[in-house]
Amino acid sequence: MMMTRLAGAPDLLRLAWRRDRILVPASVIGLVVLSVGSAQTTLELYPDDESAAAGLAGILTNPSIIAMYGPLASQTADALAVFKTVMMGAFLVAVLGFVVVRRHTRTEEEEGRLELLGSGVVGRWSPLAAAVTLATVAVVAASALSAAGLAALGMDVPGSVAFGVAWLAAGLATVGVTAVAVQLASTTRGAAGLGFGFLAAAYALRALADSADDGSVLHALGWLSPLGWAGRVEAYGANRQWVLLLGLATLVAGVVVGVAVLERRDLGAGLIPARTGPARAGRILSGPVGLATRMARGTIVGWTLGLTLGGVVVGSLLGSVADLADDPVVSDFLEQLGGSAGTVEDIFVSTELGFISAAVAAVGVALALRLVGAERSGLGEVVLSTPTSRLRWYAANVAVPLALTTFLMVVLGVVLGVVGPAVTELAPSLGESVGASLAKLPAVWVLIAVAAALGGAVPRFAPFAWAVLLVTFLVGELGPSMRLPSWLLDASPFTHLSQLPGGTFEVVPSLALVAVTAVLVVLGGAAYRHRDVA
Amino acid sequence: MTDVISVFGLHKAFGNTVALDGLDLTVREGEVHGFLGPNGSGKSTTIRILLGLLRADRGTGTVLGRDPWREATELHRSLAYVPGDVVLWPTLTGGEVIDLLGRLRGGIDEARRRRLVQRFELDETKKGKAYSKGNRQKVALVAALASDVPLLVLDEPTAGLDPLMEGVFQAELLALRDAGRTTLLSSHILSEVEKACDRVSIVRAGRIVDSGSLADLRHLSRTRVHALLRSAPTLAELEAWPGTHDARVDGAEVWCSVDAEHLGDLVATLGSHGVETLTCQPPTLEELFLARYQPQPA
Repeated sequence: MMMTRLAGAPDLLRLAWRRDRILVPASVIGLVVLSVGSAQTTLELYPDDESAAAGLAGILTNPSIIAMYGPLASQTADALAVFKTVMMGAFLVAVLGFVVVRRHTRTEEEEGRLELLGSGVVGRWSPLAAAVTLATVAVVAASALSAAGLAALGMDVPGSVAFGVAWLAAGLATVGVTAVAVQLASTTRGAAGLGFGFLAAAYALRALADSADDGSVLHALGWLSPLGWAGRVEAYGANRQWVLLLGLATLVAGVVVGVAVLERRDLGAGLIPARTGPARAGRILSGPVGLATRMARGTIVGWTLGLTLGGVVVGSLLGSVADLADDPVVSDFLEQLGGSAGTVEDIFVSTELGFISAAVAAVGVALALRLVGAERSGLGEVVLSTPTSRLRWYAANVAVPLALTTFLMVVLGVVLGVVGPAVTELAPSLGESVGASLAKLPAVWVLIAVAAALGGAVPRFAPFAWAVLLVTFLVGELGPSMRLPSWLLDASPFTHLSQLPGGTFEVVPSLALVAVTAVLVVLGGAAYRHRDVA
Repeated sequence: MTDVISVFGLHKAFGNTVALDGLDLTVREGEVHGFLGPNGSGKSTTIRILLGLLRADRGTGTVLGRDPWREATELHRSLAYVPGDVVLWPTLTGGEVIDLLGRLRGGIDEARRRRLVQRFELDETKKGKAYSKGNRQKVALVAALASDVPLLVLDEPTAGLDPLMEGVFQAELLALRDAGRTTLLSSHILSEVEKACDRVSIVRAGRIVDSGSLADLRHLSRTRVHALLRSAPTLAELEAWPGTHDARVDGAEVWCSVDAEHLGDLVATLGSHGVETLTCQPPTLEELFLARYQPQPA
């Protein structure tokens, strides 16, 4: 039975490889560059254990950073060199495993291609087997090559192997979990919900567990998270190579469960059926603004929850920021990042708001680019064949991201302003937090306007809005510490934001950014009225 | 009778590709007008210009008395459009899309909406992503057919529908015509055109090569004749008769095709040769279209 169930699996594997021959190698190379490249840079800065310990140990014992990146394995230069990439990389390796498995199973099934293949001599288990094999190969390649690369830099060999183990354990476990998820969900979207939900839960669990005291129950719960395993291997420290067994066991268990579900379901179906919806439209679906809002519903709900959580985290960390105030290295570091004035709490809030506002800008840009997305898919044609004028359709696709980003920054400011003062009286007040949050908006709006203007005038170049976002953010956040030329700094809207809380609100630069937003939006709208929409 | 669509000399180029090269199109009020042509001949480009989505490089004309580019929004109050490749919002249900499009068009006939959903056997609660091609088509068709608008623009609306649903569509289309609506129907399905269309325009390489009723088009084409005669003419004689083409003689049998206006003469002449059997075959629709779809020698 085994053989007939797996008939054609080698051919499917070849097909999968043929389709992913760019995706998989490029991802593997990217991950190896991430681990080896950042280790090399760090080791150039901190060539020995003494300089490493003196340089950043202060920051690394900060619970907020450990919550983000996991525990520090040891006070050595090697451990410092991979401190950030262990967790970041484990997460990315897990995403790679998830993406590859889903691409060749549920997506193929949903698109109907598996039906075409299934009518040939292809066993029932073959697509899953091929997908899991390719994903495993990808995950193993990224982990093994990274380990080899780190060892080649002259880093401790058992520690380098442990680094590979950390990535591999998280990757293999995710491949196993995805093998089940794609059987349970009946749509690609549903599988994404399960897969990313699993990764988010795994990350949140380990963040909580790693910030808890050693020996506490919460700390022990971190062993339930595959991303927790990655940190607990403690590469270049305890070097717990046996953690790999946890990853392998999860992979095997996932495949066994996946196959069991596969045996019991029809092609195209899942255990979680595709959701149906209302037969009639609600009141919101009566105009272009309502439509754009409704299509952003998931984004609105997800980001509101996410930023509420973010506000709680940043607010509650304000308590421990005070402990760092004595360390001049830390305040120097924060000041360089944020370039802000005021107390350490103010600098910390300003820095975090800067990072979060870039993420919010990304949400805005993604929504603004839906004008172009709709044009490509043909939905724009459908809307514009109704009495909806081009200007109204354009305006709806600009107004929704402008309004949503404003709303999100208000939510963030309010949560931060409520949680912070509850934790420490040194935190900015509610009013200061909301004000500081809103003060980031003009830069966010400019980036939305860039996306809208490009989409309205030259839809081919609309994706450049992402490059503009990335470059302006990097220039604005990191430019001062990298001593970039001032004209380049001035080109980034983030440079012109008032440093709040702690500093003073400067009206003119903010008004100038609003004016730039308005001009770009108007130009984009004017161009959109007069070009072909196809 | 007034013209609902009348455009002249439309030119449209995309870069170096000429999509329309002097296209004229006239659609009269109350008719179902078939719009035919091979792939890439410019049908969809024409429709997008008529909808004001694209601007013609040259050419003039009106749709419902309005300039489609400058008065697009006003024009759209009076028409409903079904694109050739229907895409739906992946997270909206079919029912939500029908309501949305109805509201954007300024209202929907509730009774007709209900009846159409029933007749097309449409499950309105499925999300856009879950529909098959045929069902996506049905969603767009229900939304268009249930709108209270004088003009329907349908781009290959039955591609993907099963024959039963195609029948439902044709019945609905004819009912709307009887109620005085005008339809521009781009199609590849000849039986559909024959049943539903009053007049057709055939487009090739960006120009209209023929326009008129099907009877007119037939009239313009040659009839094929095959006869068994008691005394057959020579090939040279047969070829010399007015209006004959593709002549062939084999013993007592002759074959030829003849221009419609010379058919009577040919039959009379054949009579004088003593007809044993005679078959006259008018051009099939396929021949009619194939002849016009073929690229003509320059």
